[in-house]
Amino acid sequence: MKQFIIYLLLVIAAFAGVQAQDIPPKPDPPRLVNDLANQLSPDQRETLERKLVAYNDSTSSQIVIVTVPTLGDYPIADYAFKLGTEWGVGQKGKNNGIVLLWAPKERKVFIATGYGLEGAVPDAIAKRIVSQVITPQFKAGQFYQGLSDGVDMIFKYASGEYKADPKQDSDDGGGFPPVLIVVIIFIIILVIIFRNRGGGGGNRGYRGLGVPPIFFPYDTYSGRGGSSGNWGGFGGGDGGGFGGFGGGSFGGGGAGGDY
Amino acid sequence: MSKGLIAVIVVVLILGFVGCGKYNGLVQKDEVVKESWAGVESQYQRRADLIPNLVNTVKGAADFEKSTLTAVIEARSKATQTTINADQLTPENIAKFQAAQDQLSGSLSRLLVSVEQYPNLKANQNFLELQAQLEGTENRISVERGKFNTVVKDYNQEVRTFPTNLFAGVFGFSQKGYFTAAPGSEKAPTVQF
Repeated sequence: MKQFIIYLLLVIAAFAGVQAQDIPPKPDPPRLVNDLANQLSPDQRETLERKLVAYNDSTSSQIVIVTVPTLGDYPIADYAFKLGTEWGVGQKGKNNGIVLLWAPKERKVFIATGYGLEGAVPDAIAKRIVSQVITPQFKAGQFYQGLSDGVDMIFKYASGEYKADPKQDSDDGGGFPPVLIVVIIFIIILVIIFRNRGGGGGNRGYRGLGVPPIFFPYDTYSGRGGSSGNWGGFGGGDGGGFGGFGGGSFGGGGAGGDY
Repeated sequence: MSKGLIAVIVVVLILGFVGCGKYNGLVQKDEVVKESWAGVESQYQRRADLIPNLVNTVKGAADFEKSTLTAVIEARSKATQTTINADQLTPENIAKFQAAQDQLSGSLSRLLVSVEQYPNLKANQNFLELQAQLEGTENRISVERGKFNTVVKDYNQEVRTFPTNLFAGVFGFSQKGYFTAAPGSEKAPTVQF
């Protein structure tokens, strides 16, 4: 019993330690737009979120927008790296995450690039995005527009650097073992063979594609998107929502500015 | 065979096994520290590589006092000469290394502050990008230094705790040095806009 109490105290102390670091905890459920400083309207948040989720789906690169009420004692750069690493923005191994951090109180913006995107979005480019795209809009009070345009610019530079993994099993957190995929594919083949009539079968993905049933969706490139969307549905994700952070880390790349 | 002899053999064997385990653990942590050191060094090297370019850009665009530029160049050459073998990351060596690099940070920040007086330079795209790269490098240096300190802490803890400290002494594993936050050096080349 005594040991248990000590253990409990240790756990509490550990949590208190985390709290004391000022970095907000990872959002649950995970979101790519985290407006902790309440600067955007729900509509704007939703639009940005959709945009970022779509980008994550197609490239596996994770770009998060975070607004914070205050930076505390941190320089904005350190705050952004810490937050990115603690949340694990970007895929593990690829480290293809970007944190777009905005501190309205301090009137600062910072783009932190994960290791894997330092080549695609070098510091000079990050600086250019901040000083030529984001801060001019911010100065005019057009915060949503600034963020949206900034994100578009990041997309422009970062696209082509990474491609989404066809099997996104590890991203869902649920874990979709390859064996299960093979089994499902096998079942789908059986279904296709047995119900060889157009429109048959319970597979949403392939019905949406409208490919003749003889062609198994996996053979065509466009078929992949359809079937992977289907897996997301199976995995219990909330239909096209963001699957979660991948565990990427940050090494100090990026640039920022004031407005 | 006497019981005493057997006891001695058993003790020696146990010590041998424990020693092997501790030795391997130390070697592993030592390697982690070395790897992290390489990360620190490469970021400092990156900064050193940026400086000639920066100096040339500034020289071309602004004809201000030569002394600031010379100070940067001298500090850079001193900093690049001060290298440490990854096997000798003693506190003294780290302190020496850091002193040389901090001096470079100091003269760099003086350069960037005096540049503020030259509007044509501040409008120069090339200069702005160099500045962004330099700031990014400073950030990377601070991240790598932080990582280095973390792994050194882990290693030092291992070296100093009983009973590993006994074996560490025998095998020649000594404590390694940390980077200390020199006042002002962290923020050195950040420039206000």
